[in-house]
Amino acid sequence: MKKITIDPITRLEGHGKIEIFLNDAGEVENSYFQVPELRGFEKFCEGRLAEDMPQITQRICGVCPEAHHMASTKTLDDLFHVDPPSPAKKLRELFYSAFYVTDHTTHFYILAGPDFVMGPEAPVAERNILGVIAKVGLELGGAVINARMKNHRIIHMLGGRAVHPVFGLPGGVSKGLNEEERKEVEQIAKDSVEFAQLSLKVFDDIVLKNKEYVDMIVSDAYTHNTYYMGMVDEKNRTNFYDGEVRVVDPDGKEFAKYAPREYLDHVAEHVEPWSYMKFPYLKKIGWKGFVDGKDSGVFRATPLSRLNAADGMATPLAQEAYEKFYSTLGGKPVHHTLATHWARLVELLYAAERLLELSKDTEITSPNIRTIPTAKPDEGVGIVEAPRGTLTHHYVTGDQESQPDCGYC
Amino acid sequence: MAKLKLALYWASSCGGCEIAQLQIGDKILKLAEVADIVFWPVAIDAKYKDVEAMPEKSIDVCLFNGAIRTSEQEHMAKMLREKSKVLIAYGACAYGGGIPGLGNMFNRELIFERAYLETQSTDNKEKILPQTKYKVPEGELTIPEFYDTVKTLSQTVDIDYVIPGCPPEARTTWLALEALIESKLPPKGTVITHNAKAVCDDCPRKRDVKKVKKFYRTFEIMPDPEICLLEQGLLCAGIATRGGCEAPCPQANMPCTGCYGPVDGVIDQGAHFLSAVASVIDSNDPDEIQRIIDDIYDPVGTFYRYSLPDSLLRRAKIK
Repeated sequence: MKKITIDPITRLEGHGKIEIFLNDAGEVENSYFQVPELRGFEKFCEGRLAEDMPQITQRICGVCPEAHHMASTKTLDDLFHVDPPSPAKKLRELFYSAFYVTDHTTHFYILAGPDFVMGPEAPVAERNILGVIAKVGLELGGAVINARMKNHRIIHMLGGRAVHPVFGLPGGVSKGLNEEERKEVEQIAKDSVEFAQLSLKVFDDIVLKNKEYVDMIVSDAYTHNTYYMGMVDEKNRTNFYDGEVRVVDPDGKEFAKYAPREYLDHVAEHVEPWSYMKFPYLKKIGWKGFVDGKDSGVFRATPLSRLNAADGMATPLAQEAYEKFYSTLGGKPVHHTLATHWARLVELLYAAERLLELSKDTEITSPNIRTIPTAKPDEGVGIVEAPRGTLTHHYVTGDQESQPDCGYC
Repeated sequence: MAKLKLALYWASSCGGCEIAQLQIGDKILKLAEVADIVFWPVAIDAKYKDVEAMPEKSIDVCLFNGAIRTSEQEHMAKMLREKSKVLIAYGACAYGGGIPGLGNMFNRELIFERAYLETQSTDNKEKILPQTKYKVPEGELTIPEFYDTVKTLSQTVDIDYVIPGCPPEARTTWLALEALIESKLPPKGTVITHNAKAVCDDCPRKRDVKKVKKFYRTFEIMPDPEICLLEQGLLCAGIATRGGCEAPCPQANMPCTGCYGPVDGVIDQGAHFLSAVASVIDSNDPDEIQRIIDDIYDPVGTFYRYSLPDSLLRRAKIK
């Protein structure tokens, strides 16, 4: 049997390899996505201090460290039985919204964008961010760089560092915002809303007005009927920072809704001998192999999944974009994998709008940003939506030590 | 002038170094004018076979981040050394082992048991563990060997420079790239930063007399925003860590954790930090000293957060 090897997978955060086996007729017999590495956080976090987890576990992923930092910090709240003051929660969500703007921008333009902007037939040497800038022009290229830099400035302002922030503590955050900084955040947020709208227009012009691309998006090859997972607020609208996790079935009907502490009733991880990565699935349906459909426990946790799992968006412009997304693609749920990029831009707009709302919140410059925990730590679970899926942290402490149990994104 | 040929690679790392490289912002356009990036998995589509096909020393500079944890990472370190005129250990993992280096407290067996058998979310009744070679119906699949011990890049191949940090701050990255572009590279072996002295040198907090009666955990106190954190009993590694980062963590009211590695002339950063901490304990009474140091619950995670593989200890002994 002939084998095609793609090694390494590129324009992706993390390591991966794909093996494609072709039969005698030259058709794909089977293909395997393999992860060639493990670092072992599950083990080496044993013996470390619980309060160091936000800084240690974010090294799981340096592209989305803020997601691990936040999931971990929320886990510490639960572990130490402490409720942070309201301004601290808002500062965390403001920080997290700025992070979403940077990350979705990075993913759309730098990781995925070259496929769309340069097109599938473009020479390998041009299929990258520099090729994208050359094609879309320095003006848009500059706007991309600017959106990333400005929002990293917010991450730096609150988190202390632009990559691998330090401000998460059980019961709050180590640093707040003063009025001068708040004004700067508000301006960045306004620019980010414009940038997100511009990005949706770019997608409209380059992708949606191009029949070849639209045919590819809705083609069978890129369509899988699966379950979808995403965190929602009390009105079932998408939320990245807090809420309950909702799962919908391939018909779009609610299948489950759970609080962080109930996660082990709903998800489990399957092991294959040919990859270091485990495969999460819905526990109540069970692992049925690499197949889609209602009888398979395979679920997706992505921007597309979050939109499918929610009833709408909590901000007005994002809600409009959400409605256009579903009316164009024929209603809910959307099963087309490549539509994930469009969903990502709907979320980019939501993140920017939410950032703007929070920057104008009257509590956001309050110095009341920490509650010192006093209860004995024992066990905690925290969940956030990482840009690329629902992220769960679970820690158990012994006398003085912590034992993180599970973390995937 | 011919453009520089630049390669960037990640081994056992998190991708934070790649984001740090993008943090140079619009300078990336300046970089693109003078350099062609020939290999950078996070951003361009060149594959391993393309690197293999490159002649020896055809890459001018390779920024290599990540520790060496698997056979593939070791192979790539050797290959990129062979293909590159200048090989730079970029970031704390390549330099000192970094956070993945904490894996040296355990070995492969213990890490596999925890990750694939014991975690509560894992359902693995057949006790399946990853295999380097595995037969599937269509043929054979391979994955790299996972070693017992994490190594640094310089323990694996000869290196020319270090750019420290977890990840390096944008200013440190640009300092090195500017030196490269202008062909003003320092002597081989240099750790490239703005400041070869301690983080304390960068830190705006006021320092007075360091006398500590009690060490606190970060969640236990709200430190005064103006005064040295170590003086307030927080275990701040700034005193034993190379500066040049502009002390961002202490300025966010959190202690330095040591990511820029040791100051010039120090071999073992953790031992240096430990001796600095010992010298600030304000007591001569052995019982009181014992009580004070009993508050340091995780010496390895505190003193060797990013440098265990590069330390004199290297790893824990496993029976």
